[in-house]
Amino acid sequence: MDDVRVGVFICHCGTNIGGFLDVLRLVDYTQSLPNVACAKDNKYTCSDAGLTEIKNAIAEKKLDRVVVASCTPRTHEPLFRSTCKEAGLNPYLFQFVNIRDQCSWVHMQEREKATEKAKALIKMGVARAALLEPLEETEVEVTPCAMVIGGGITGMTCALSLAKRDFEVKLVEKEERLGGTLNSLYRLYPTQDEASKLIQAKAEDLQKNPKVEVLTSSEVKEVKGFVGNYDVTVKHGENDRLLKAGVIIVATGAEALKPTSMYSYNGENIISQMELEQRLEKGKLNANKVVMIQCVGSRNEERAYCSKVCCLTALKNAMLIKEADSNAQVFVLYRDIVAQGTQYEDYYGKARETGITFIKYSPERKPVVEKGSVRVYDELLNEELTIPYDLVVLSTPMISHHDSAILAQKLKVPVDKNGFFLEAHVKLRPVDFATDGIYVCGCAHWPADISESISQAYAAASRASIPLSVGHVKTEPLTPVVNEDECTGCSLCELTCSFQAIRVEETEKGRKAKVIAASCKGCGACGAGCPHKAITMQHFTDEQLLAQIISLGEVKP
Amino acid sequence: MESAGEGWTPKILAFLCNWCSYAGADLAGISRMQYPPNIRVVRVPCSGRVNPYFVIKALQHGWDGVLVSGCHPGDCHYISGNLVARRRFAVLKDLLEYFGIEPGRLNFSWVSAAEGEKFAIVVKDVVEKVKSLGPAERLVKR
Repeated sequence: MDDVRVGVFICHCGTNIGGFLDVLRLVDYTQSLPNVACAKDNKYTCSDAGLTEIKNAIAEKKLDRVVVASCTPRTHEPLFRSTCKEAGLNPYLFQFVNIRDQCSWVHMQEREKATEKAKALIKMGVARAALLEPLEETEVEVTPCAMVIGGGITGMTCALSLAKRDFEVKLVEKEERLGGTLNSLYRLYPTQDEASKLIQAKAEDLQKNPKVEVLTSSEVKEVKGFVGNYDVTVKHGENDRLLKAGVIIVATGAEALKPTSMYSYNGENIISQMELEQRLEKGKLNANKVVMIQCVGSRNEERAYCSKVCCLTALKNAMLIKEADSNAQVFVLYRDIVAQGTQYEDYYGKARETGITFIKYSPERKPVVEKGSVRVYDELLNEELTIPYDLVVLSTPMISHHDSAILAQKLKVPVDKNGFFLEAHVKLRPVDFATDGIYVCGCAHWPADISESISQAYAAASRASIPLSVGHVKTEPLTPVVNEDECTGCSLCELTCSFQAIRVEETEKGRKAKVIAASCKGCGACGAGCPHKAITMQHFTDEQLLAQIISLGEVKP
Repeated sequence: MESAGEGWTPKILAFLCNWCSYAGADLAGISRMQYPPNIRVVRVPCSGRVNPYFVIKALQHGWDGVLVSGCHPGDCHYISGNLVARRRFAVLKDLLEYFGIEPGRLNFSWVSAAEGEKFAIVVKDVVEKVKSLGPAERLVKR
């Protein structure tokens, strides 16, 4: 270990790190650490210049370990690993030190202490790096089939895109028919096209495509496996079917909040925007004094977010009412009109021209729905108005599906605090999950309108087609290795493993634990519990972790 | 050895599982939630990877408290590694207490990838708790 040569690259991340930590002091300190052959700072280590510097240093300084202290391994470890690989260094000889997400960003007012903490973290990282060992990835074939969960406009678009690239697709829809939320909508903004026609066209395309199998009235029951090789059990009535898929796309959409016990909602003359869609479709409005209230159940304490599509939906339905009867009076009580995007500003302008009355209210003085009239304090006129109605329409937000958390658990992907599926990275990986081979698109992720949902469906299809077209994926060699001389065959590891990936078998040397690498997920629980220290968890060995633990030394807290 | 004089703050070692708690800690950062800088994170694949021996080693080498954090029950990326960890640390805590180590020095929590705020709160709580206990000297080799 004495001749190990570690190169450490410390990132300013613009001012994200450099603005809160003394990076130059970190560089000075790092140079004094054992085994460190070079320590440098970069404005952005992940930029071309930064990566080139790493590669050059590997060659020039004969580095055999690389440490990068920057953002977080969850987004950037793959990049730096592949940089090492390009420079001829085994990617498992790379060590990440998180000094942004877990240091500079969480101690923004404590430059001195945060710098000391970063010193300690770098010291721990260098200590571990010195003990890293080269490992070889193994290649696993990818099942050339995609599973799309959710048969709304998003799921259908995604399934079709993949099928057109000649991949087999299984489209799983919970309901009896395809279409999702669009089945409950009448016309669509900004073109005023009929939702049913759009759905019908997509559904026909799907039925005609021999690559797609549509499974309606079906639900995902269990998911096992990993990128390239997912085993998904799909429940259809009483029957279970096991399907194999290389990738999974979550396109389960969202649902509209039902405004129960809000603004005297009764489903008769005080209804939701969704219910209005149905009435408009049937041509049974029977109202010419309509008051719409925006932000019902959203942008409040319970649900802080803006659902984004409700303003334009209200504009559209208000225009449809005016179109059918130009004498109808339509009032839209709003907090802010959200109508950004191509065509949407014009759409709002058009709505104003039709004679719809827009009244701004504030959350402190919400409208009050009374029998026959709505009282509202107009924030622009600064006076209270009383508006007679024969129909009140409540614009409620889209909320996450009531069972999205259950599906998330089966897929082992996260949801955010509102229950929407959470992507791997808001900017860099907007349709990926952190788990390889699983993707998200449409309203499952966040309220989106149709054009956004379709864009995301294309994006997810494109991302999912990468492993499908490459045909194989690398799996990390993070598996345990059994030292048979130490193993006593006690079976404790076998009992600990959730994947039946370690089994005690009779061998020439007696009963010994055997690792089944293909089933192993790499948690390391077997090794942590082995009473004889006979199991070494690769890349997270006792020695590597202990090096971090005992490196505390003279660094102050 | 530092004494519990003025200005003393505890050194906390945290083992965070890669899939939930480490991601939760990142989310705290992305959300710019502020918490005390006393904590140093070691990333492990699963809380089940944490050998109880590591905790003892940490207390021998100058750490004043240890936090082990994994996925919520039922959410473990490895199905039940977090439950294995919980069982181990329940036993270890009893054992440490028998040695005269205050139970507050070993902390276990569930923090999901979506719980940045909870992570910040857990860190604050653990730091406060260990601060009130003072430096951990009992196991330190002199």
